[in-house]
Amino acid sequence: MAKHHIEATVNGDAVEFLCETEDTLLDVLRDTLQLTGSKEGCASGDCGACSVTLDGRLVCSCLVLGCEVAGRKIETIEGLAKGETLHPLQKQFLEHAALQCGICTPGFLVAGKALLEKTLDPTETEVRYWLAGNLCRCTGYDKIVSAVMDTAAAMRKG
Amino acid sequence: MRYEAPDSLEGAVALLAAANGDARVLAGGTDLLVQMRADVLEPELIVDIKRIPETRAVTEEKGGWRIGAAVTGAELKEHPRLKKVWPGVVEAANLIGSTQVQGRATLGGNLCNGSPAADSVPALIAAGALATLAGPRGKRDLPVEDVMLGPRKLALQKGEMVASFLLPARPARSSDAYLRFIPRTEMDIAVVGAGVSLTLDGGGVITAARVSLGAVAARVLLVSEAAQAIIGSRLDKPAQDRLEAAARAVCRPIDDKRGTIEFRIDVAAVLARRTALIALDRARTN
Repeated sequence: MAKHHIEATVNGDAVEFLCETEDTLLDVLRDTLQLTGSKEGCASGDCGACSVTLDGRLVCSCLVLGCEVAGRKIETIEGLAKGETLHPLQKQFLEHAALQCGICTPGFLVAGKALLEKTLDPTETEVRYWLAGNLCRCTGYDKIVSAVMDTAAAMRKG
Repeated sequence: MRYEAPDSLEGAVALLAAANGDARVLAGGTDLLVQMRADVLEPELIVDIKRIPETRAVTEEKGGWRIGAAVTGAELKEHPRLKKVWPGVVEAANLIGSTQVQGRATLGGNLCNGSPAADSVPALIAAGALATLAGPRGKRDLPVEDVMLGPRKLALQKGEMVASFLLPARPARSSDAYLRFIPRTEMDIAVVGAGVSLTLDGGGVITAARVSLGAVAARVLLVSEAAQAIIGSRLDKPAQDRLEAAARAVCRPIDDKRGTIEFRIDVAAVLARRTALIALDRARTN
């Protein structure tokens, strides 16, 4: 069977790629488009390391087929920083040392940014529930949650 | 493996009906893709239904609400009015998985995955929801409790798919609720789930009720004995006891790593009571 020819938008850029039916969006991002920031942890939607937004909606890219995204807009970790300028959440992750091995970090950043786009005034409980689908086996979450809370506070002040 | 994304129900049904091998409907994919990855399923054809307008819409109909089979949990949560009328259905759907999973998981998928532990199914059954099936001979409605026959077994015929759900019109002083037991606070599969929907008269007496229990039998159960146990009452202590006894009596659970038979039966009774009390409280203020 011929490969699917898909056109989509990734981080604001028009892209086209070929994929097999069984290729996930994560496979396409990493192996075809060479956007290797999104990580494969569990490949079953449990760990969140492959988090991206699809038409603005936070999803696990391991649970999306590449051929599903025709005409859709995808935002990945590579779209967070603007050139050399880090997103405020990325800066706070550095401030708080909210990472160790780094595998989960892209997913936390994409998920955290998605939360901050919904609300700049989340409670700690809201942050923890929102990020419950992102697993970290190093930091114990407190630094990550603090980084999101402080970013929200900083962004509220503008 | 073929992939098709038709833009009409007729197109989807034609593809499903003409498939030679295993054909699977793709809605949110949160179960299907995992099962494909684990080689549990190797479909010949995948029919993505998300480009079909009927599967993606939430609309008012006959005083009730029609919810497309491919509407996501996140979309249900954000709907401005649905949660007020059917809080139990929305909270049940919102218990499924993480934020990421909520961005994809759907009511249609939760039902058609065929798990007795599906969270949204007891809530839909308690709500008296109808599943509208599209098939080669047109559409037909099936009560949600009749869609699932057993684990991974559905009453759908070849070429049929769930297109949408119809939640009926709500009388005044009606509400619903859903509770599940899991050993964690989030991100787990129900050990037991309970959905209750009820209507009160002006004096606070229950005039109509539906009770549904999940993960205590091979399919999600509509427990009419439990509903009868509380209709005509104000859910006082004797009615609560009758409800618990009826819930216990209907359970035929399995022993597995999530819970023993005895534990599930106990929890089913407790959850049925607590869920009914939440629904009652909500109905009083509706």
